[in-house]
Amino acid sequence: MRKLIAILVVVACAAFAGASAYAVQPDEIMADPAKEARARELSRELRCMVCQNQSIDDSDAPLARDLRLLVRERIAAGDSDNQVIDFLVARYGEFVLLKPRFSPHTLLLWLLPPLILIGGGAALWAYSRRRIAAAGVGDAGLQLTDNEKARLERLLESDPSVAPKDPHG
Amino acid sequence: MIAETGHYALVLALALALIQSTVPLVGARRGDVALMNVARSTALAQLLFTGASFALLVALHVISDFSVVNVFENSHSLKPLIYKITGVWGNHEGSMLLWVSILALFGGLVAAFGNNLPLSLRAHVLAVQAWVASAFYLFILFTSNPFLRIANPPIEGRDLNPVLQDIGLAVHPPMLYLGYVGFSISFSFAVAALLEGRIDAAWARWVRPWTLVAWIFLTLGIAMGSYWAYYELGWGGWWFWDPVENASLMPWLAGTALLHSAVVMEKRNALKVWTVLLSILTFSLSLLGTFLVRSGVLTSVHAFATDPARGVFILLILCIFIGGSLSLYAWRASSLKQGGLFAPISREGALVLNNLFLTAACATVFIGTLYPLALEVLTGDKISVGAPFFNLTFAPLFVPLMLAVPFGPLLAWKRGDLYGAAQRLTAAGIAALVAIAVLWAWTRGGATLAPLAIGLAVFVIAGALTDLAERTGLFRLPLAVSFRRAQGLPRSAWGSAFAHAGVGVALIGVVCETTWNSEYIATMKPDQVAKVAGYELKLDGISQRQGPNFREMIAQFSVSRDGRPLQVMTPSKRSFTTRGMSTTEAALLTRGVSQLYISLGEASADGGIAVRIYHKPLVLLIWFGPVLMAFGGLLSLSDRRLRVGAPKPAKAARALQAAE
Repeated sequence: MRKLIAILVVVACAAFAGASAYAVQPDEIMADPAKEARARELSRELRCMVCQNQSIDDSDAPLARDLRLLVRERIAAGDSDNQVIDFLVARYGEFVLLKPRFSPHTLLLWLLPPLILIGGGAALWAYSRRRIAAAGVGDAGLQLTDNEKARLERLLESDPSVAPKDPHG
Repeated sequence: MIAETGHYALVLALALALIQSTVPLVGARRGDVALMNVARSTALAQLLFTGASFALLVALHVISDFSVVNVFENSHSLKPLIYKITGVWGNHEGSMLLWVSILALFGGLVAAFGNNLPLSLRAHVLAVQAWVASAFYLFILFTSNPFLRIANPPIEGRDLNPVLQDIGLAVHPPMLYLGYVGFSISFSFAVAALLEGRIDAAWARWVRPWTLVAWIFLTLGIAMGSYWAYYELGWGGWWFWDPVENASLMPWLAGTALLHSAVVMEKRNALKVWTVLLSILTFSLSLLGTFLVRSGVLTSVHAFATDPARGVFILLILCIFIGGSLSLYAWRASSLKQGGLFAPISREGALVLNNLFLTAACATVFIGTLYPLALEVLTGDKISVGAPFFNLTFAPLFVPLMLAVPFGPLLAWKRGDLYGAAQRLTAAGIAALVAIAVLWAWTRGGATLAPLAIGLAVFVIAGALTDLAERTGLFRLPLAVSFRRAQGLPRSAWGSAFAHAGVGVALIGVVCETTWNSEYIATMKPDQVAKVAGYELKLDGISQRQGPNFREMIAQFSVSRDGRPLQVMTPSKRSFTTRGMSTTEAALLTRGVSQLYISLGEASADGGIAVRIYHKPLVLLIWFGPVLMAFGGLLSLSDRRLRVGAPKPAKAARALQAAE
């Protein structure tokens, strides 16, 4: 099986592992549509641990089926969504969560993306201010010079939107 | 004999690549024209030999020569011819050979059509290209040789993984590779510029069409892979945030950023240092993708450790090229002169903002994909990062980006007028608000985010139209004048409008599919009727059929709506005897851009069969969007000003002077 998965991964540039995934079986569905909907929502957040990055909602592996049944069992027993998740984490560890919890060892995972955006934005802003200040040009310096205009026109010869007559150019 | 010839051709290609890696550089140092021209002939010869080697592997697969390990492991004499051919790249060794063939193809194209490049730049570019090629030839020859023989040839092969015996997947890898590998050209140009210590607007003009070509193929390749997953994997999902998908998304995001920054560099001679960095990063991410997919590190860190030969080799290539090019960048970037100034609110500023968001999105995917690996290696803790994480982090990055998209093309260069742009977008904004209001009224009590997202998409599409209307003076000027202006409008302007509209179209598809998808899961018996989204689907019966290399169970459904029969749908399930695997062949019924989707599960003992039926509203827009984007790219590419990839010689000289 491992070889098979390895082949699949290796082979396709978009192989999503697992051939005829079928996921939720008709006999698993709960009678109460509201509870079933909750079970489906939860299933999408939980990983089928023997698969590659598949949620138990997507996977047709026997383990995924067991987990789907377990989720429904807990829901039927009256657990809240959080209790179901806690139950599964207690039993299978953090690995079962497709969205890791915010904790010391996932700090960077959660914080880096916003930090990159904010840091990048701040750096760009500071850099742009400094360059404009360093160039010692006021607002007037930020109009296109005749040279630059000529260059742009050469590049965009037939582009009416930058033709000199156009006020928006 | 064929196998040996193919092997030999590959060794010769390596030898040529080694010459191409060194001789032209010596020529450039000494100013020796003859030595610099070696790059051209070796690149063309390399293409010839690598192409021959690839053609010979195809021949081996077509004649089913099972004395070759690669053919034995991935082919079967009964396999249809088309899959015998596409099976060549349906496995590790063959796909690596395809990879280098495409690399050689791009090198050959630069050699053949790069006559208008300055001689020393061409020599540098082709030499860098040959470094990459040499590394991968060595990789193939030492760890992944597709031409190895078996001592005692078996009479039958093991067949190709049935999931891959599909036309979608036949075309998907070559497209994706044309994209991945196409970015090697911008990489080579960037490294060449750093080596030469000289870069100008003309450089950007040469790089842009190559980047655009790669980007078009990558866009189509990703879209095709997504559509393949949608109809082949049997549960109608089209994007899974799987590490393998992420590996292709990262170069796409970086490449999209590169396309935009190259515009600034070409038009305004600014952002040079950043554009060079992006060129390096984009191809580095392509290499990273190759590493992730090829090394087995994704299956498990341990699988990588137990069979490390290939993984370590690619990791080495990765470190040398990424580390080397970034060090070169750190060392030489300061020698590149800064270009023109611009105010934060300007066309350049908008393009920088685009770059900021795309880079942050790319970084998010990068972190999400590699964090679990890094954590496991460093601490042994195992965590999963999947779709819920990416949906949560990716969407907030894309919303502001999409809000900004319509403003960009309406701002002037150097210093723009945000208020003026906003005024001109009033109509687009009203269209978006109307869309939101209508959807809210129509889906009262339903999802609240979906109408907002669709409003955003409408804003992007209407914004693209506004840009065209502004440029042609539509509604402001007499129709005849507008028409003349439209004809005179550069194709790249049409291109960017199409591409931007494509983003909006795709978003509509994504939102509709995820929000208003109806699903029906049940065990059905013949003559039972399922009702899904106003359609009635009657199961007529189940039959068996023998295919060329599989057995097939086919269910027939009659679909009708309001009592009016529409069509018959025949989903099936195939069992491939050789590998003992089965695939689901979903049946699709397209109505407009919405689809009905049926896939089969297991048959039960009492004659019933498990079925999943979906109605997916506007789902096809998910892929029409990328097709529109690629079409926009093609339009830009066909632009007179870009077509030959460089300005006419006289203009090139002027551009070079202007840059000094």
